[in-house]
This record gives sequence, structure tokens and C-alpha cells, in this order.
Amino acid sequence: MSSKIAQIRLVHSHPEVYEPCDDSFALVDALLADRVNLLEHRPTLCMEVGCGSGYVITSLALMLGEDDSGIHYIATDINPHAVQVTHATLEAHGVHAELINTNIASGLEKRLARSVDVIVVNPPYVPTPEDEVGREGIASAWAGGENGRSVIDKILPIAEKLLSDRGWLYLVTLTTNNPSQICLQMREKGYASRIVIQRSTEEENLHIIKFWRDFEIQLTTKEVPTNKTVPSRVMDTLLSQVHRLSFKKSSNSSSS
Amino acid sequence: MRLLTHNMLSSNIKGVTNGFPLRIEVEKVIEKQVDFNPDFLKNMFPKIEWKALADASRSLGYSELPDEAPESSLLESEEFLKKFHHALLELQLEEGALVCPETGRKFPVNKGIPNMLLHEDEV
Repeated sequence: MSSKIAQIRLVHSHPEVYEPCDDSFALVDALLADRVNLLEHRPTLCMEVGCGSGYVITSLALMLGEDDSGIHYIATDINPHAVQVTHATLEAHGVHAELINTNIASGLEKRLARSVDVIVVNPPYVPTPEDEVGREGIASAWAGGENGRSVIDKILPIAEKLLSDRGWLYLVTLTTNNPSQICLQMREKGYASRIVIQRSTEEENLHIIKFWRDFEIQLTTKEVPTNKTVPSRVMDTLLSQVHRLSFKKSSNSSSS
Repeated sequence: MRLLTHNMLSSNIKGVTNGFPLRIEVEKVIEKQVDFNPDFLKNMFPKIEWKALADASRSLGYSELPDEAPESSLLESEEFLKKFHHALLELQLEEGALVCPETGRKFPVNKGIPNMLLHEDEV
């Protein structure tokens, strides 16, 4: 069975809004590759942070279904033009997401805490001078500050707060963002991760990483101070993650 | 903006401790038909602040919801679920504003999209 994703000809645009590009396509391909798992996961709330043109959230709604499958979609963007364009893109495909013009998830953090089952983020990941971060308009779609990590590092703790116990996060990163370090950092917070898609384009080396809460990690992390055998086990798993991340570059796309 | 979204939004102004629920200023309400899904409603019910939803739906002109949070046994009643469904998803604020209950600051809602962006001195 073929599943639908957003059609480029129906994706709206605006000079101040980032158009779907290799990174957007890689993220949608990752969601498609994980679609069966997503359907089995039966999410109630799905959210996109930084929806831009609306290509990704529209594709997600098309591939998982909406009210008929009991899924509600929320999308945010700091750029007022982007939420308008997303609105038009969703409408052109006959799907709905609730849109909020806000910075990351500001205003939603309290009431949506531990409630969101799927979060997708294609963050501004391009390394830029720090003062380019947070500018208005299209720059907000790509300006990522030092190593492209400024906004990613703001989004991660918020995503962590919003994710439900069974929540999944899909994040687009560049090699320059140091994805293995992001995974280690998330692991310390109790999240396991895997690369859903790795793709090299002419300009970028993209990783789409999926994170999920792993209660075994949380358990072992908590045990660390009292149990001598655990730290080495944690270290082994961490190292294997780093290896997996750095040696997976050869395959163009993979899913496990 | 669906009232589900209203139920999830709080005033995000720095220093505000009691930012929920946002008061609603109505300019234009629309109703859009949404597929009825009892499972979704049952999943959402525990996350909903009932009084905020009941008050919000009343300010949009719909007064069929009980004031007090109903017993979860009521979720077996299709009649109740239909009202809950209508208030939560179908009743939408198209134009108007959300007002911070503590400071009175207005967050505009245009074309159904709330603008929660803050000014520099509010962050």
C-alpha cells in the first residue's frame, strides 16, 4: 500500500518562508520509513516545532490520518509568515493541524507537559555567527549559531518536557551539529536513540535521529552511584552508540 | 483555533504565575465539522481542564457543557461525548484575542492562529 505525503505543487510559499529542501525530504522519508511503527504506536498528540512551509506536518497527517484515526496535530513556528503558509499547505491537502505562532513551544509547555506522543523537528542547524540566531523572517529557519547547536540545544530540553512517557522525537541534524554528542546528552536524560536515515547531499551530511524514553537507561543511570558494575555497562552502551553513529556513514539510508 | 488549543495555552509572559486559562475575546466564531472519534475524546479527557473548556465554550456561545468536571463514567454516554466533541474540536475562534488573566496582555488570534510571540521586555 502506498501512503500519501504532501505534494510539492500544493505546498504554498512566501519569500520569507523556507521551502522544502533535502532536509525536509529526509525527515519525511524517515517518518515514512517508520510509518508502520508510528501507526502501531497509536499517538494521540503529534507536534511539529518549526513547521515552515508545512510540508512535514502535512505529510505526517496524510500518512497517519487525523480525526478518523484519533490523532490531533499541533504545529508551531516563530515566523508569522510560516504559520500562514503552513495553514494554506494543510488546507490544500485537506488536512488540519492547530497552528500557533510562537517561539518553540512557548505558552504550551505547562499544559502539554508529558502529553505529546510524537514530536518532529527540522531545526535551524546551519552554523552561523551567534548574532544571526533569532532574527526575524527566513533566517530563523536556518541560523543555528555555533556549530548550528544554539537552537537545537534550546529545543531539546523543551521537547523532553513535552514528550509523554511513550513519546518519540524525530530530529534533523548535520554532522557539524555533532549528533553523537546530542545522543549522549539525551541518553543521560534517559533517552535511547537510533539513526532512521543518514543521507549525504552535495552540501550536507544529514542524520535523522529518533529518540524515545528508555526506562532501563533511567534505571541504570540512577543505580550508578551504588553499583560498581553498572557504570562500565553504561559506558559500553554509550561507546557502542558512538560507534554506531560514526560508522554508519557508509550506508545511504537505513532503518532497523 | 480549536478550544483544545485554548485548553493547552497559558500566558508565557515572564513573571506571570497564574497564566491559565486565557480569557477569550471573541470577534468571529466558526464551526467546522470534525469526524467524531470517541477513543480520541476518551484519551484527551484526562488532560482537559474542564472548567476552562466549559467557560471557553460558553464565551463562544455554546452552553451545553456542565460547569463541573463530569465523572469519567459519563464518557460512556454518546450524548455527552458529542457535546464534548463539539466544544473541544468543532467550535473555533477565527478572530479575536486571548487575554492573560494576570496582566491583561492580549495575544491576538487572526485567521484562527494565536500569536504568542512576546516583546523583548516580556521574555
